[in-house]
Amino acid sequence: MTIDLVIAEILTVVNITTPILLAATGELVVEKSGVLNLGVEGMMLCGAIAGFAISFVCSDPAFADSLPWLAAAGPWIGVVGAALAGALAALLFGFMVLTLGANQVASGLALVIFGTGVSSLIGSAYVGVAVQPFDQLFPDALAQQRFGKLIFSYSPLVYFAFIMVAVVGWFLSRTRAGLVLRAVGENDLSAHSIGYSVIGVRYLAVLFGGAMAGIGGGYFSMVITPMWAEGMTAGRGWIALALVVFSGWRARRLLGGAYFFGVFMTLELYAKASGFSFLPSQFWASMPYLMAIIVLAVMSARSRGGSQAPACLGKSFIPDA
Amino acid sequence: MTTINRRSLIKSAGAAALAAPFINRTALGDAPLKTAFAYTGPIGDYGFTWAHEQGRKAMVKAMGGRVTADYVENVPEDQSAIPIFRDLARSHDLVFTCSFGFMDQTIAVAKEFPKVKFEHNTGFKHAPNVATYNNRFYEGRAALGLISGMMSKTGIIGYLGSFKIPEIVMGVDSYTLAAQSINPKIKCKLLMIDTWFDPAKESAAAETLANLGCDFITTHTDSPAALQVCEKKKIHGFGQGADMSRFAPHAQLTSNLDIWAPYYIERAKLTLAGKWTNSDSWWGVKEGTVKLGPYNKSVPDNVKAASDKLMKGWVDGSYDCFTGPIADQSGKERVAKGVRMSDKELLVLDWYVKGVEG
Repeated sequence: MTIDLVIAEILTVVNITTPILLAATGELVVEKSGVLNLGVEGMMLCGAIAGFAISFVCSDPAFADSLPWLAAAGPWIGVVGAALAGALAALLFGFMVLTLGANQVASGLALVIFGTGVSSLIGSAYVGVAVQPFDQLFPDALAQQRFGKLIFSYSPLVYFAFIMVAVVGWFLSRTRAGLVLRAVGENDLSAHSIGYSVIGVRYLAVLFGGAMAGIGGGYFSMVITPMWAEGMTAGRGWIALALVVFSGWRARRLLGGAYFFGVFMTLELYAKASGFSFLPSQFWASMPYLMAIIVLAVMSARSRGGSQAPACLGKSFIPDA
Repeated sequence: MTTINRRSLIKSAGAAALAAPFINRTALGDAPLKTAFAYTGPIGDYGFTWAHEQGRKAMVKAMGGRVTADYVENVPEDQSAIPIFRDLARSHDLVFTCSFGFMDQTIAVAKEFPKVKFEHNTGFKHAPNVATYNNRFYEGRAALGLISGMMSKTGIIGYLGSFKIPEIVMGVDSYTLAAQSINPKIKCKLLMIDTWFDPAKESAAAETLANLGCDFITTHTDSPAALQVCEKKKIHGFGQGADMSRFAPHAQLTSNLDIWAPYYIERAKLTLAGKWTNSDSWWGVKEGTVKLGPYNKSVPDNVKAASDKLMKGWVDGSYDCFTGPIADQSGKERVAKGVRMSDKELLVLDWYVKGVEG
């Protein structure tokens, strides 16, 4: 394995990890507020089709004369659209579970089916067309340099994902608003009785989670494979959900956990393609899950390393009038 | 491959509910022939299922009002396919099940509905009312291999596959053999990703193949993801099932097209004429169900000519990549000099030729 090969493989790892990281960061905030939204996959698909459709429309040559800047700005507008689409899907979920007090697990699963269906419906008009990928923020001089690649060759969304993990970690542990959000997730009745709006805080958290999942979905349709295909997130929303549990509801571990999965997914492909036949490919395919079990076992065996699961996770809160 | 999860159960329940209104509709004497298609993927995959859907549409168009054709997409390849097939059988005369993974379920349901005709795509199990049909995709893949062999500079070409089934093994072997007919030292790196459709994984796998030195990648999965990687990495690839030049205007040199329409039209006509049999059809370039798409303008004339000649060779029988001597990965001779492999051998092919790595 040469240095260049290692560098190239690291780029692959970052590419496949980022959407999971984005969605999981959003879900972390949602769950910290005491809401379990299983609909990540559905929200990601809504974001994927919205982001793709918007950047496709923006790249329409019909606008080239009247709005020459539109094609270049298309992907950025697409990301905003992806976030809004994810948030809109989350709003629907929020209305059901927060305003109507519906069961969170059932509503979340319904959101997955809804998101899959609605994205296919809208997406049927966008099958078989392509857009320019939303990649490489920095100029070639930096991004194509042998080692510079490692830092400068990514899509703007990759940097955004790192920033958001840091911001969410700081927000949850260092700010007053984060403390309120955690209080709402730990003990909704207490938070309510000292005057915080439990429903209001949870709405904001759910909307944030939806927007992040939407951007994660947009990463698929605009960065990894700039196209639309039905169900293109292929179950990454479920991995994002699992990651939140895996991380013990901590932002820093979320980052580590996401890259852990990304590295093993890439290692599996590398091992197969380069013919490491001393171990069957099924072994490599099961490695991430095997390692996850080991890490979880070690973590829970250590008393101080335990999880920070919010006490009110998944419980409906209906304020008394 | 046959995982039953909550989502697939819900999907099949939904599909069953969709099919329910058709139950108990009885056939009338002069009523059109009612056909149904069960797809494993979404019709919007722009790959395998999409190609079948084009065939279905072309059949309806060609047959005028004499045939109706319903379809169910996203049918899971597990036991939950059975109730879906049952519902289709109750309300249709001819049912096409379009995936290798539907084999046992098709046979099981066909037994329950002896009067309904079934056609199973890419399988090898038969029954009095089950015909099988397949396409010689490998014939087109040989042309892709020839082009790769003539144009590869690194001498390493890649093959992105899903599962080790005969269909894929044939593709890998024909691709490699045709490339070796030009450059005997060429290596084909094989990467199986255990799924037909996962654009992110297809993309990561294609990146890995490119990182390992492949300057040609042919895909045997369902999305154009790998081609987009080829475009980004400035290497070459081929469209799978459809012309995908829009996704990779420079990287796609040509595409291997699955054209199902001629077969579906033929079968509908036979059924209407009362001449349907449980035949085992394996069509290809000769019958017009495998074609190459347009060449990229970067393909040199001599390469185009060689590839066209190879495709013509399939039609007149002068070319067959599976002609001995062929050795397997360990170097052991499997096919003697001058001997052509029979269809029977090809349909259960489970070994890779020498030069395939991974």
